[in-house]
Amino acid sequence: MIDWGAIFSNAAVELISPTTAAYALAALGLAVHFGYTGLLNFGQAGFMALGAYGYAISILSFGFPVWGAVLVGIGASVIFALVLGIPTLRLRADYLAIVTIAAAEIVRLLFTTNTFEPLTGSANGLSGYKGGFAALNPIPEGSYGFGPFEYNAYDWWLRIVAWTIVVLACLFTWQIMRSPWGRVIKGIREDEDAVRALGKNVYSYKMQSLVLGGVFGTIAGMIFVLPRAVVPSNYQTSLTFFIYAILLLGGAATILGPVIGSMIFWVLLSFFSGFIARAVEAGWLPFMTSVQAGQLRFILVGVAIMLIVIFRPQGIFGNKKELAFVK
Amino acid sequence: MSSNPVPSSKPVKSIDLHIGAAEPGCRKRDPILIADGVSRTFGGLKAVDVDHVEIPRGAITALIGPNGAGKTTLFNLLTGFDKPDSGSWTFEGRSLSGMPAFKVARMGQVRTFQLTKALGLLTVMDNMLLGAKGQSGENLFRAMLPFFWRKQEEENKARAIDILTRFKLDTKKDDYAASLSGGQRKLLEMARALMSEPTLVMLDEPMAGVNPALTQSLLDHILNLKTQGMSVLFVEHDMHMVRHIADWVIVMAEGRVVAEGDPHEVMRNPAVIDAYLGQHHDEDLGADPSAEKEHVVAIKELLDDEF
Ligand SMILES: Nc1ncnc2c1ncn2[C@@H]1O[C@H](COP(=O)(O)OP(=O)(O)OP(=O)(O)O)[C@@H](O)[C@H]1O
Ligand SMILES: [Mg+2]
Repeated sequence: MIDWGAIFSNAAVELISPTTAAYALAALGLAVHFGYTGLLNFGQAGFMALGAYGYAISILSFGFPVWGAVLVGIGASVIFALVLGIPTLRLRADYLAIVTIAAAEIVRLLFTTNTFEPLTGSANGLSGYKGGFAALNPIPEGSYGFGPFEYNAYDWWLRIVAWTIVVLACLFTWQIMRSPWGRVIKGIREDEDAVRALGKNVYSYKMQSLVLGGVFGTIAGMIFVLPRAVVPSNYQTSLTFFIYAILLLGGAATILGPVIGSMIFWVLLSFFSGFIARAVEAGWLPFMTSVQAGQLRFILVGVAIMLIVIFRPQGIFGNKKELAFVK
Repeated sequence: MSSNPVPSSKPVKSIDLHIGAAEPGCRKRDPILIADGVSRTFGGLKAVDVDHVEIPRGAITALIGPNGAGKTTLFNLLTGFDKPDSGSWTFEGRSLSGMPAFKVARMGQVRTFQLTKALGLLTVMDNMLLGAKGQSGENLFRAMLPFFWRKQEEENKARAIDILTRFKLDTKKDDYAASLSGGQRKLLEMARALMSEPTLVMLDEPMAGVNPALTQSLLDHILNLKTQGMSVLFVEHDMHMVRHIADWVIVMAEGRVVAEGDPHEVMRNPAVIDAYLGQHHDEDLGADPSAEKEHVVAIKELLDDEF
């Protein structure tokens, strides 16, 4: 028989998992890019990879402290954003899309290639960089929590830090988007020539937006690798597309959309994979092997997201009125 | 601001703007904008080829010419939205050649577009506020701390309401610009340009699509700009409007300035009639009778002015 309790509790765990927080933050970065500024960044996975590798390599190869490693990651993503933005932000929007998708792949392949094996660990990736972060943990040893949310001190520390960062990033984004700065940014999304005609340096604003959303992606990349190892194959283009799915699910030009979108995405994913795995075990799906079943969950999540997008195209938090004018 | 816009009586015309004969490229007593040798080609087509032109300060100048004469292209060049093949121009004595569009706007030379660019998913008020210059809250770091910009924001809002009321858009201030009608968007675009307190306002067909009932008040707005000390350069096809408010008229055809003069005299110029008819001189006019009719109407309007 199917153990529904386990399926639901495994799904519930995803609500506050650090991975959910990482995806939420990366999606918030895309909200800054795409939802607010209208920049088509298809390379968010590249920004995340720079965060993950920047953090891990700084610690493993150079013995940096946690804050130093964080700064290295952020610095790398600022440079990455400038390299992407300088040639493309003066051009039409589609150029940025092409360049970012290619650049993110280049980043991933550079981390995968054997040439830099001593630094990057090549296809095997990196691990063993969590000591510094764990050492900062003020929570005494032990196990805390209730029901499915029962974790040891490290896991709680990680969740607290991750979600604190997400909350701070949301507050920050909310504040700047309701400021005159945010008004220029949204104006650029609507028509950059009109904004230019009003004396605003559109290029500079687009660059600021690209850097800011990229830094969010990079910090997300660091959060993403704290509960696991750094593996280059995690940073494929599909990662960017999942984050876009989360963004559209929640509402592109919203603050809470990326957060709630990420929660729904991970809870659904966990629910479907738990359900399918157990359904195969219980012989409900005789035509399917457990490997095939592992893939099916993405199909089901895709269908679920399609349904939401069809019946609520502005996303969960998007403004219905706004959508009335989308061409 | 007048709450009931009385149709303006005879507008006060600025006279004596030029030095010497009123010919293409003639000098002005007090030019605000001087362009020299500005040319722009698209493929083989010379869209703009202006030897010399001066725009008078404190006056309303109309830029007219048949479709495809190069008026919009000239606007784009002068405001930094397009790069010329050659040429230079100065605004208030400072060279603008090669200057990016946003810097041109900051210097006080602000334009609107022939195809209206309302920022649809911003409210009317946000559209207006975007026009205001020198906002400290537009800096990312100060944006985080509202006490840096809240006061300025309130002042700008008050000014925006003031202008919106003049343009009869104040009741729409919280609506998305996308919900405005085409004519209202034209008005909003002009109102937004005024938020930046420009010295030279360049309007590309401000009347296109505005209903006749509103035309009179829009004309009054443009006349008001002059009263407030701004210079205006506008592109317009409606000869009645040109006659009514323009102090000076520059006529373009096939990229060149073919005539200049005050609105009454310029209409007598054979080059102007040629400009409107001439574009089809070498073609078979009969092939497109509606086009021919249009030109006849345009010329009739020009000649009407004589009497
Ligand atoms: N981006 C472009 N690429 C190619 N040709 C162009 C471009 N912009 C304008 N042209 C050409 O340049 C010429 C001048 O165009 P322009 O838009 O300046 O005319 P206009 O005087 O504003 O006309 P209208 O009164 O119809 O607005 C036209 O022949 C047009 O086809
Ligand atoms: Mg035009």
